[in-house]
Amino acid sequence: MALAKRIIPCLDCDRGRVVKGVQFVDIRDAGDPVEVSRRYGEAGADEITFLDITASHEDRATTVDTVRAIAGQVFIPLTVGGGIRTLEDIRTMLNAGADKVSINTAAVQNPEFVREAAERFGSQCIVVAVDAKRVSAEDEPLRWEIFTHGGRKPTGLEVIEWVRRMVSYGAGEILLTSMDRDGTKIGFDLELNRAVSEAVNVPIIASGGVGNLDHLADGVLLGAADAVLAASIFHFGEYTIREAKAHMASRGIEVRLD
Amino acid sequence: MNQVAVIDYGMGNLHSVAKAIEHVGAELAAESGQATKVTITSDPAQIAAADRVVFPGVGAIRDCMAEINRLDVGAMVASAMKTKPVLAICVGMQALMAHSEENGGVDCLGLLSGRVKFFGEDLRDDNDARLKVPHMGWNRVTQTSDHPLWRGVPDNSRFYFVHSYYVTMDETDQVAGRSVYGREIVAAISAGNIFATQFHPEKSQNAGLTLLRNFLTWNGASD
Repeated sequence: MALAKRIIPCLDCDRGRVVKGVQFVDIRDAGDPVEVSRRYGEAGADEITFLDITASHEDRATTVDTVRAIAGQVFIPLTVGGGIRTLEDIRTMLNAGADKVSINTAAVQNPEFVREAAERFGSQCIVVAVDAKRVSAEDEPLRWEIFTHGGRKPTGLEVIEWVRRMVSYGAGEILLTSMDRDGTKIGFDLELNRAVSEAVNVPIIASGGVGNLDHLADGVLLGAADAVLAASIFHFGEYTIREAKAHMASRGIEVRLD
Repeated sequence: MNQVAVIDYGMGNLHSVAKAIEHVGAELAAESGQATKVTITSDPAQIAAADRVVFPGVGAIRDCMAEINRLDVGAMVASAMKTKPVLAICVGMQALMAHSEENGGVDCLGLLSGRVKFFGEDLRDDNDARLKVPHMGWNRVTQTSDHPLWRGVPDNSRFYFVHSYYVTMDETDQVAGRSVYGREIVAAISAGNIFATQFHPEKSQNAGLTLLRNFLTWNGASD
């Protein structure tokens, strides 16, 4: 009897529409994040992560409306990420019904922002998103650095040290994405995950690279992840949340099945 | 009309709990015809006039207690709990206790005789595996009383928790549910007209919605 490992579907949204395509066979509007989130909630997802990739500031009002609509229909925790840069952005999202916000670029540009955010709103709602890329050569000890702008822009920040710093500033959870694995479907970077999970005492969400159900289980069993995030394997109906949980349970992982 | 007042003292996300109650209220209305109206408010008159009161809370206890004291929310809750059902959630439940270790030690409302303690830096499970803090995610709740709010909720259902401090109580007969995370913790309390949960029913899908629905039809201690 223990805390369940969480499965978190991630929705990428642009101007209020789900992008990267969700292909549920029987869904009315696969582009509607509210409909998609509600469906995931009913299907047994443990949380929803909503990632706003809307480019322009003006269109962000739509995002707030969408978050409000999701929160009115989805009764599991909702994390909102993308473009969170100010305390006011956080307040707006929490007031709209988000339970947590995920901070990425703004943390790199101004680490103190994470401290201020945690002090003001509590660590429980501050997730720091880390986009990590392996920079060590084959024969060197493993080393990862933080990249921004979708993995294109190096920052020179070493991942383990950075994550420790973010946790000491009050981050309550780490969303760890391997930029090497993202979109590859060959599985999480398990060494990265384990190294980060062992370095800090807050939960780690593994992200980037899931292609099958064993990858999810490996993330927990070998990568020491507390939660696993995936998008395409669920969106395209390759696997249901329940199938994923049943598989994880068959490998001895505690999951929420009720 | 079933009037539910959600006490707003300026801390955190009240939208979720209000929406979840509206959601189950609409289900009840479809069955029984009785509508539910949820008001998010800090107005003592509105809270006094409500049929039921929800006392939520997220964030750090020092900031919460500062606002609770500034707005005299303690008096509103103390008065409400004498006459009608009150549901306290997460930091709302912790605020009912006498004292919390958080933020270097904070006096709370003392409406129930419990204390709030830190999980600790080196929390471990029975197999000596390290447990992370905050306790974040879905954990099982063992029901230790036969309370109307548990009706239709299978024993040992999972609810969503997120907290780094836990409640321990002297009056164990007030404990309505327990969970285990490195140690045994109080997950739910029943004391007269008060029902309190460390977990978030508004974020706990079916189990949580059932509990909220029960709250809307619960008559309080006399039930």
